[in-house]
Amino acid sequence: MSLTNKEVQHVARLARLAILPPEIAEATGTLGRVLDYINLLNELDTEHVLPTTHVVPLLTTWREDRVEPSLPPQVAVQNGPEVLSQMFVVPKILDGGAG
Amino acid sequence: MSAAYEVVIGLEVHVELKTATKLFCGCANAFGQEPNTETCPVCLGMPGVLPVLNGEAVSLAARAALALHCEIHSYSKFDRKQYFYPDLPKAYQISQYDQPLAENGYVEIGFGEGKRKIGIERIHLEEDAGKLNHIGNRLGDATGSLVDLNRAGVPLIEIVSRPQMHSPEEARQYLTELKTILSYLDISDLRMEEGSMRCDANISLKPSDYTGSLFDLPRVEIKNVNSFRNVQRGIEYEIGRQKERLAQGLAIVRETRGFDDASGTTYSQRSKEEANDYRYFPEPDLPPLVLSEEWLAKQQHMMPELPDSLRAGLLQRGVAERDVQVLVQDPDLYRYWQQAVAEFSDVRQVTNWILSDYSRLMNAHSLSFAAPTVTAKALASLLRLIESGTLSGKMAKEVLEAMFESGETPQAVVKRLGLIQITDQDAIRDIVSSVVMANPAVVKDFLGGKDKALAFLVGQVMKQTKGQAKPDLVNDLLREVIATYA
Ligand SMILES: [Zn+2]
Repeated sequence: MSLTNKEVQHVARLARLAILPPEIAEATGTLGRVLDYINLLNELDTEHVLPTTHVVPLLTTWREDRVEPSLPPQVAVQNGPEVLSQMFVVPKILDGGAG
Repeated sequence: MSAAYEVVIGLEVHVELKTATKLFCGCANAFGQEPNTETCPVCLGMPGVLPVLNGEAVSLAARAALALHCEIHSYSKFDRKQYFYPDLPKAYQISQYDQPLAENGYVEIGFGEGKRKIGIERIHLEEDAGKLNHIGNRLGDATGSLVDLNRAGVPLIEIVSRPQMHSPEEARQYLTELKTILSYLDISDLRMEEGSMRCDANISLKPSDYTGSLFDLPRVEIKNVNSFRNVQRGIEYEIGRQKERLAQGLAIVRETRGFDDASGTTYSQRSKEEANDYRYFPEPDLPPLVLSEEWLAKQQHMMPELPDSLRAGLLQRGVAERDVQVLVQDPDLYRYWQQAVAEFSDVRQVTNWILSDYSRLMNAHSLSFAAPTVTAKALASLLRLIESGTLSGKMAKEVLEAMFESGETPQAVVKRLGLIQITDQDAIRDIVSSVVMANPAVVKDFLGGKDKALAFLVGQVMKQTKGQAKPDLVNDLLREVIATYA
């Protein structure tokens, strides 16, 4: 399996990464090699291994629905490059929303 | 050209769960607080923090799943849904992708013969995003936005219907019934205007000769409509728009559209191909959600009686079908009815008074049965005054209005307004005799077979008694007195 330049551009755009045209071919090569390496796993016989999404055999842990103190709002927003009325200021949104 | 199309509608409903805390941190889940006062490193998306699942949220979600006849999976997991938006501090939302909490349920709409099941594909748990306040009037011409993360991390369930509705009206019925069911579970505020219940609608038109998969039809999603009425309007508009495009030989673009309340139209927001690549992968910071048989049995045990069963019970008690629908739709109204019937057992009388006169007063003042101004007990004692003949129906309406305004007991109002129905036969007979004497021509008409003439005489007697005579008694006495004159 090999990665194409187009796929790299697509993933870069989704991840909001600014990749310059000359860098695309390089990324396609290096990222492709990483994926090829992962593909080595396909050579293993996993027929008798249960599919799993987690490496730690930890099952459901949950907490009680009890309120804990939140941060003071001025602390919560202190990393914001711009803050107005105790809220983070973000630039004009062109897109119509997501999620 | 007017090709035949079948309208296909699927709805995605987001419901905020009424827990004390957020889904993955101990911040309070509270609406309407000062901005960014309910946040912590977890829901702010700081590096190095770990989410811990709120057990109560799972419990409320499971109750919704049970009420909607879903199969709850003993094993489900959380995934990261990735996209960039300023209301999403982690740049991913913790949701459930390929192994949701529950699947394969249904909601029944319509009644009697017309009853129909609308399938529910899945219910999953996820966290809400924060809230954006746009600087300027609307998103389009905003100069920037302000981010409040109080809502970020609030527990949500997403209820995804199957594409099995075929008209805006069916969509409205589905939403209404879904809301009714959820309202009895008491798991959410379900306030669309506050965003604790939100609805997205997927609409496509299926050509009558189409045999492919519904999934392949170009589908338009209308996002975040803020009322049931507007969901219906949005779908209506969208069906018209799509039909028109098809009639002109134009293709339907798969996209997300917003709904504009003022004009009743939808407008394009973004094309779906572009934005739909969420690159889900399993959330490594949360273990899978494994639910035991005992835990599930416990949830089942906590289930209240649901609308379907309540409706059957009401029909059995002789409540008319139309009234049953109205009573069950609002749990507070239903509870009020139950209390009133416990105090005064004439079901028909109680239902009539609650649904006509009392509801009219409540609606006129935009009041809810959660806090009734006239208690069920007071209403019952008013009905007892009618039963005993102390008040006529007409007088009782007047008393009810006074009770509504002053909060007095019916007895106190009756006393204050001097509204005792005259049941003293001799007193009424004197008035009846004088009315008969004063109207010989009308009496003659009556004797000649004009029944209407009697109504006139009854009216005269009521006028002289200021409406306080018992109408059937007046009727009887008039006939009696006229008979002696004839
Ligand atoms: Zn928090």
